[in-house]
Amino acid sequence: MANGTVASATQPRRPRKHARRFGILPRSPAFWFLFPAIFALAVIGIYPLLLALYNSFHQYKLADLASGTPFVGVDNYIATLSDPSFWGALGRTALFLCLTLPIEIALGLFAALMLHRMDLRFMRAAARVSLVIPMATTYAVVGLIGRLIFNRQFGVANYLTGLFGIPPQDWLADPTLAFVSVMIMDIWQWTPFCALIMLAGLSMVPKEAEEAARLETPKWSMILWHLQRPYLLPGLTAILILRSADMLKMFDAVFTMTRGGPGAATEFISVYIQRVGFRLFDQGMASAQAIILLILTIVLSRLYIRFVYREAA
Amino acid sequence: MSTTVNQAANGGVAQRGKRARAARRRATVWHFIGLLVVFLSSVFPFYWMVTTSLKSQSDALAYPPKWLFSPTFHHYSAALFEHDVAGSLLNSLIIASSTTVLAILLGTPAAYALARYEFRGKEDLWFWFISNRMVSPVVLAVPFFLIATKLDIVDTHIVLILLYLTFSLPIVVWICTDQFRNIPVELDEAARLDGASPWRVFWRINLPLAMPGIVVSAIFAFIFSWNDLLYALVLTRTEAITSPVAATSYMSGYELPWGEIMATGTLIVLPMVVFALLVSGRLVQGLTMGAVK
Repeated sequence: MANGTVASATQPRRPRKHARRFGILPRSPAFWFLFPAIFALAVIGIYPLLLALYNSFHQYKLADLASGTPFVGVDNYIATLSDPSFWGALGRTALFLCLTLPIEIALGLFAALMLHRMDLRFMRAAARVSLVIPMATTYAVVGLIGRLIFNRQFGVANYLTGLFGIPPQDWLADPTLAFVSVMIMDIWQWTPFCALIMLAGLSMVPKEAEEAARLETPKWSMILWHLQRPYLLPGLTAILILRSADMLKMFDAVFTMTRGGPGAATEFISVYIQRVGFRLFDQGMASAQAIILLILTIVLSRLYIRFVYREAA
Repeated sequence: MSTTVNQAANGGVAQRGKRARAARRRATVWHFIGLLVVFLSSVFPFYWMVTTSLKSQSDALAYPPKWLFSPTFHHYSAALFEHDVAGSLLNSLIIASSTTVLAILLGTPAAYALARYEFRGKEDLWFWFISNRMVSPVVLAVPFFLIATKLDIVDTHIVLILLYLTFSLPIVVWICTDQFRNIPVELDEAARLDGASPWRVFWRINLPLAMPGIVVSAIFAFIFSWNDLLYALVLTRTEAITSPVAATSYMSGYELPWGEIMATGTLIVLPMVVFALLVSGRLVQGLTMGAVK
């Protein structure tokens, strides 16, 4: 971050009094208020990224440092982009997002509508409070709970499916079922987030309009589509982008639950990069992959700013 | 004749009223069931963790699962002292509170500047702060591991305290900027007319008024730092391991001590649930970077 430009001038349209007050860079109070935070984030946030960028153009194998760290140009990027397991991890992450997010949104909408409806004050309060629990649960512990619930021998998941006559499954050893198990835990943890965002949207609907609509029609689906939908859309955009970013970040729960396995069935992109960097000790390759991931993230944040903040402002 | 019509009409209204009441009652029953489903599905995995931590090993491994059992606190003492989860909890506490304090010290002045001053590049700065929320920890963990190795600070508190600033500082800035914007700017102007310096205006007037937002952002910063696994996994070995790392370290060996694992999980999660309940009204704001309130 170029500190020099941050606080250099006020907007030209401002009256002269202000211009004089903040005119010269280091004398501007804004600069000194911002400087410590920017400096700290630059040192711990930007410098490592530059180092990763540098390493991504070099061979950097921690297990083979004897052969040095020669410059290899874009070899790491070419190797990454032609590596089927990289695309596999990225594709798996996208598939996970496409399967999980619609379920989270649908269940979240259900919960939000339930919480928005009047009456049953106590039950509503209890349900509202209970939504906090999944969101506050440490991701790593979510994975551990997943291992307990989906245990082959004594897991409660087999017991519950058994009530419907489904024979017990070895959830975490079967590639498809392991993927589904991770999905279920993710849905458990993040549906409340979707529910609360949509509840916030629902409560933006003017009370009078909603009462009038209820007199017009008893159908909740009509009210949802014609009256409440526009109020839900900004929140949905936020959910879409934030959850996409979260999927790219997803590591802790998967690591404790399946370690990416069986095989590579639940090896999502962050788990994959962590394996390359810290199990295969290929820092050059992992750096190139991290940079590619960073570019994806920057695109997502741009979208977030473009569609969520600008719309709101 | 007119009376019979009236009677018929009245009967119809009464009938319709009765039917409407029945429909409302049915709707209320469904509403109740829906809320119950929401409640039970949110609570169940957490409930299962807590109860498993209180079961003896044979009760925990029983199939079909035992719903009633005689509770034991044995796993808690075993986890805390034999497996040294106590030490890792202490590490987590030191690291999360240090990074929170640092984030507040660095973040509140920055938030104040973003709320009160106009300057070139403000949007880019804002964008940069937001991007930090989106970046996968693995992106920073890879290069930071090399830096930490070179500086010989692997397995120390300080390395995690610094790394956690990458998310705790932005969260403080987002929430506090919002808070400072809600403080009337007239207060600043009045103080400035009385000759107070910008720093004094910030320190003596704005900071105390922004306390609610600062507390909320501190709780968020603490929760996020406490919950991290990836950074701690990569950058700690034995001395500075945090509690999530300790919780994963049971994962070797043949028969897993499920009671102890779940006791550790409960010890990690329970304080976070309490904290999250304290800020439950602002939870969405914290998780969406202030975009949704």
